[in-house]
Amino acid sequence: MTKAFCSCAYSYGSQPNSCVCPVCMGLPGALPVLNSKVIEYAVMLGVALNCKLSLNSKFDRKQYFYPDLPKGYQISQFDVPIATNGFIDLDLPLEFGGGHRRFGITRVHMEEDAGKLLHTGTGSYSQVDLNRAGVPLLEIVSEPDMRTGIEAAEYAAELQRVVRYLGVSNGNMQEGSLRCDVNVSIRPIGQLEFGTKVEIKNLNSFSAMSRAIDFEIARQAALYNQGQSEEIVQETRLWEEGAQKTVTMRKKEGLADYRYFPEPDLPDVILKEEYVNGIRDSLPELPEMKRRRYEEMGLSMQDVLFLANDVNVADFFDATIANVPDIKLAANWIMGDIAAYMKNEKLSINEIKLSPQELSELIASIKSATISGKIGKEILLELMAKGGTVKGLIKEKDLVQIVDPVEIEKIVDKVIANNPKQLEQYRGGKTKLQGFFAGQVMKESKGKANPGLVNKILLEKLNATN
Amino acid sequence: MLSSVQNPRILLLHCRWSKPLHHHRHYPKAIHAAAQAQAVSTSLPTSQIQIIQKSIHSREKTARQFAEEFLNRLRLTEPHVKSFLHVSETVLNEADEIDRKIDQNEDVGPLAGVLVAVKDNICTADMPSTAGSKILENYRPPFDATAVKKLKESGAIIVGKTNLDEFGMGSTTEGSAYQVTSNPWNLECVPGGSSGGSAAAVSARQCVVSLGSDTGGSVRQPASFCGVVGLKPTYGRVSRYGLVAYASSLDVIGCFGSSVADAGILLQSVCGHDKLDATSSKREVIDFTSQFLAKDYLESQPLKGLRVGVIRETLGDGVDQEVVLSIRGAISHMEELGCTVTEVSLPSFSLGLPAYYVLASSESSSNLSRYDGVRYGNQIVSDELSSLYGGSRANGLGPEVKRRILMGTYALSAGYYDAYYKRAQQVRTVVQKSFKAALDEHDILISPAAPSAAYKIGEKKNDPLAMYAGDIMTVNVNLAGLPALVLPCGFVQNGLPVGVQMIGGAFDEEKLLRVGHIFEQTLQGCSFIPPLIADEFKC
Repeated sequence: MTKAFCSCAYSYGSQPNSCVCPVCMGLPGALPVLNSKVIEYAVMLGVALNCKLSLNSKFDRKQYFYPDLPKGYQISQFDVPIATNGFIDLDLPLEFGGGHRRFGITRVHMEEDAGKLLHTGTGSYSQVDLNRAGVPLLEIVSEPDMRTGIEAAEYAAELQRVVRYLGVSNGNMQEGSLRCDVNVSIRPIGQLEFGTKVEIKNLNSFSAMSRAIDFEIARQAALYNQGQSEEIVQETRLWEEGAQKTVTMRKKEGLADYRYFPEPDLPDVILKEEYVNGIRDSLPELPEMKRRRYEEMGLSMQDVLFLANDVNVADFFDATIANVPDIKLAANWIMGDIAAYMKNEKLSINEIKLSPQELSELIASIKSATISGKIGKEILLELMAKGGTVKGLIKEKDLVQIVDPVEIEKIVDKVIANNPKQLEQYRGGKTKLQGFFAGQVMKESKGKANPGLVNKILLEKLNATN
Repeated sequence: MLSSVQNPRILLLHCRWSKPLHHHRHYPKAIHAAAQAQAVSTSLPTSQIQIIQKSIHSREKTARQFAEEFLNRLRLTEPHVKSFLHVSETVLNEADEIDRKIDQNEDVGPLAGVLVAVKDNICTADMPSTAGSKILENYRPPFDATAVKKLKESGAIIVGKTNLDEFGMGSTTEGSAYQVTSNPWNLECVPGGSSGGSAAAVSARQCVVSLGSDTGGSVRQPASFCGVVGLKPTYGRVSRYGLVAYASSLDVIGCFGSSVADAGILLQSVCGHDKLDATSSKREVIDFTSQFLAKDYLESQPLKGLRVGVIRETLGDGVDQEVVLSIRGAISHMEELGCTVTEVSLPSFSLGLPAYYVLASSESSSNLSRYDGVRYGNQIVSDELSSLYGGSRANGLGPEVKRRILMGTYALSAGYYDAYYKRAQQVRTVVQKSFKAALDEHDILISPAAPSAAYKIGEKKNDPLAMYAGDIMTVNVNLAGLPALVLPCGFVQNGLPVGVQMIGGAFDEEKLLRVGHIFEQTLQGCSFIPPLIADEFKC
C-alpha cells in the first residue's frame, strides 16, 4: 500500500523523511493523484459498516497552518463523504455482562495523514518527519449511541476487528494505525437533548478509552449533581494515564474555521453501482457474521468471542474444521494448548509452524486412536515449534498406539515378571501399586500402549489368582 | 495616421507608415540607427522551429550556430528588456551535443537545437525556480515539470527562466520581486503579464519559443502587448505537474512563438496526459500542424464556410477605440478569407471578471499556504511558531500576492463562502454554458486579447482594480476552460501591437491553429518584429 496521493511506500518506524517525495512534501508544483486502493478500501469499509455509499463524492481541502502539514491544508472529504448512515453490530464480553449492541455510523470519509513533529531534548527547536504525511486515513464518525466506557471501547475493538478482517489496516493502536477521539456528554434520564460535549484525546488503548470515559462521566455527573453544570464546558481534555484522570488541554473559544473548499487538483470520486456491488460480493465473512455462524454451530458465547476475535485464529479454526468437522475438539485445542503456546512464545497464530491441516490430522489421529491424547499433546508442541506433519512424526518416532491386546498382554506379563516384589505387595493389599505397574507398562511401550487396554489387562493379570 | 483602416489590404499597405518614430532614446546605440531606419519586413511569419530543423539536418547550419545567434542577441538586448531571471550556462554544450548526435545520425527529436525559455513558475531541476517571489529565492526544485521534461526529450535547449508577476499574479510583470521587464516595442512600456518575460523574450528573439502559464490571460495578454503569438490550451491539455500553482482549476501552461506554427509545434511537444496530474486529459493528441498549408497553396478563400462569432460585449465601452479598429480590421480580413462573421452576445461576459477574482484568489489563498518558511524558502528567525509563519510570509510575499491571499481567505471564510466562492462557481457554470451555446453556433469566437495595447510601466501599479479590469477579455476563457489563440493583427497609433483572440471549443486547438496560421500567412505587410532588433531582420 502506498500513500494516498503519491507512490511513496510507507512503513511504520522508518528513518525520518525516508518515505517522502515532492508530492507528500508539498513542494511547489507537485500535484496529488489519488491511489485507487484508497477508494477500494473506503468502499469495503463503507459496505462492511452497512453504510449508504455516495456514488458521487469529492475531496476538499481543510486548511490550517502547522509544521507537520506540508501543504498548509489537508486533503479530506467535507460535505459529501464516501459513506454515510450505517451501523455496526457487536457482542459485549461476558465479563462485562454480555449482550448484543448495534451502534450507528454517521459517516466514513477519506483523508490524508499529517507528518510528525519531533521535539529535541533541549527544547530549542523541533524537527519535522514527513514519512506519515499523505498516508491514507479513513475517518469513521459514530452516532452518540454508547452509554458506558466499555460500550465505547468494545465499539472501537469491533472496528479494529472489522478493518483487520477486511485487510484494510493492521488496526494497530501503538503504531497509530487506529486512533480514537471520543466525545462525552451526560443528560438527565428522560431528557432528549444531549448535554455539552467534551472531547478526550490521548487514548492509546481500548482500556484507556474505557477508563477515561467512565472517569469523564463521573466527573461531569458530580459537577451536575453539585449544581455546577455550567462548569461542564465544550473543551478538549487529555487522558492522563498516570493519574487516571482527564485534564483540560484547550478550551474552544469558538469553532475553528478550516475554510473547506473542493480540492481543484482532484477530479470528483465517481463510483459505479457495479463496482460497489462487486466489492460487496467479494467481502470476506465479517466478525458479526462469523460470531452468528459459530453460535449456530453450538459453540458457547465464550468460545465464539475468543475464536472470532482474531481473524487469523478464526480462519485457522475454520480451516481445521473443514477437514475434520469436530467443532468442540478443534475449539478446545486452539483455545487450550495452542493459545497457551502462543501466549508463552509471544507468537501469533500465523507465526507458529502448525498448519490447520496438521491440527485436523492430529485430531483425526486421536479420534481414530492411532495415537493417544498424551502423545497428541507432545507432538502438537513439536508441530508448533518445528513444523512437520503428524503422519511424519508418528512414523519417525514410531508413535503408533498399541491397541493389540495380545501385544499389550506381552508387555504386561513382562513388567509383572520383572517386579515380583511389587506384585507380592499388591496382592498383599497395596492396590495403589496398580499405578506403578501401569507406569512401567507405558514406559516399556514408550508411551504407545493404549491406556484403557493397559489398565484393563493389567487389572486382570494383577488380580488373577492363578 | 492611417491605423484606423478597416480593410486589411489597406492595413497591409499602410501599417508600415504607422510605425512610431519616437521613444527610441533608450535603445542601445548599436541598434539605435536600425530602429530609426524603420525596418519593416514584408516577409510572413515563418516557423523558426522548422527552419532550424531543416538547417541542422541538412548541415546547412549547426545547432551551435543557431544557439550562438540567439545568445548574442540575448546578450545585447537583455540589459534593456530584462526578460530573464536566470540564463542557462549550458546552452552551447547542449547545442554541441545535438550537433554530435546529428553527425552520428542519432535521433535528436522534433525540437532539436530549439532555444526555449521557460517561465520561472515552471519547475526546472537544474535551474532556480522562484515563481518571481522572494519566498522562493534560490529555490531549486528536485524535479523537472512534466512540460520541461517533455521539452528536453524533444531535444529542446532550455535557455533560461523568464520573469513574471509573483506567482503569476499580475498583468504587467511589475509584480516580480526581482526586476521589471520592458516591452521590446517600447522599453517604457510593460510587456504585459504575468508571463511578460516569456512574451518579451520571444518578441525580442532572445529565444525561439517560450512557455508561459495562463490563469486569467497571462499568456494571451502579454502576447498581445508584445506582438507575438500566444496559445492558451484547453484546461487539462498540458500537464500542470511542476507548474507552481496559483489557481489550480484555471492554471494552464501555454506557448509563445513568433509564428502560429511555432506555437503549435511547441504545444505538440508538451501536451498529453500525464499520470502525475489527475486533471490532465486522457484525450488523444492529434497532430496540430500537419494540416498547415503554405501560403502559395492556399485557395482564394481558404476559410470559406468558417463561422466566426464576434463577442459583442468585447468591443463596447471600456475598450480602447484603436484596439476596436484593429479587431475590426482583423474581422474584415477574416471575411475576405471566406469566413461568415456574425456578432454573438455572451450576456454573462461581464460577470466573469468578479467571479474569476473570487475563485482565483480563493484557490491561491490555499495554494500559497505551503510557503511557510518551514521546509524551503526564506525563513525568518523566530522563537515562536505563529511569528515564524507571519514573519516569513510578511517578508517573502509581495503586496499583490498578499492582497489576493487576503481576498481569497475572506471569500472562503465561514459565513462568506456561499456569498462569494459558491456564487462565483455558479457564475462559472453560467459562463461555461454561454460559451457552449455560442460555440454551438460558431466555429470560433473572436475578441480583443486586451482592452488596450501596452501601457507605461508604473501606470497601473498602484491601482489594482484598473489592472484587474484589463483582464476582462481573457478571464472568461479560463473559467470555461477553453483554448484560445492570440495573434498580432495590427497596431495602435503609437506603434504598439494589438492581438486578436480566437476562442475555440474544448480540445479544438487544431482548428484555432489552422485558422490562425491562414490568418497570419495572409496578413501581409504587417511585420511584428520590434524596433529594438529590427536592424537584424531588415529585408
